[in-house]
Amino acid sequence: MAVKVRIPTPLQKLTNGQDEVETEAGTVMSLINNLDKQFPGIGERISEGGKVRRFINIYLNDEDIRFLRNEETEIKDGDEVSIVPAIAGG
Amino acid sequence: MTTLSISRQLLAEIVTHCREVYPCEACGILAGKNNVVQKIYRMTNIEKSGVSYFMDPKEQFAVMKEMREEGLEMTAVYHSHPHADACPSQKDVSLAFYDDAYYLIVSLIHESPLIKAFTIKEGMVKEVEIVT
Repeated sequence: MAVKVRIPTPLQKLTNGQDEVETEAGTVMSLINNLDKQFPGIGERISEGGKVRRFINIYLNDEDIRFLRNEETEIKDGDEVSIVPAIAGG
Repeated sequence: MTTLSISRQLLAEIVTHCREVYPCEACGILAGKNNVVQKIYRMTNIEKSGVSYFMDPKEQFAVMKEMREEGLEMTAVYHSHPHADACPSQKDVSLAFYDDAYYLIVSLIHESPLIKAFTIKEGMVKEVEIVT
């Protein structure tokens, strides 16, 4: 068992075109660090200084981690994490 | 560069949405396949502003899930410029994360709404022809 991570299209260049990857359980921040080891460069696209970037939304199953424990949210084996860049502009 | 294909009926629906939320900016997702729009999702602009938009993240997540289940792609993103012309603002360019999608902008400053579509890749803006 592992954690399934859904990768958004803009970041699939860094995951060799894969829209779903697997990584280890842990906190959101440790998951981002693990992803960055597997796919160098992806970490800085998602987070900065230990915080998830403002225009990146992360979902644990169907719940926004901002309504859970943010970067400290625990992710278990079998969970599904989705990384979703915001859609915004002026 | 390819073209963005969308029916007149869907374009009219987009304009209706933009007029309904005027003077705030409207935003939405256009789902389809192979650059052909099949479906429009009206989204909530949580900033409720006339000069910016931020799509409700929860709605966006739900729509992306539905598109995936239906085998559709996010062909384009639309938003209105209630007080500006139909070209991407600096903010539009810097926040255009989905470089595979088209960005459709509806300007409401003209006598009749002006709609233009663009690709925005790594800060480069290119206009794309809209085919109805």
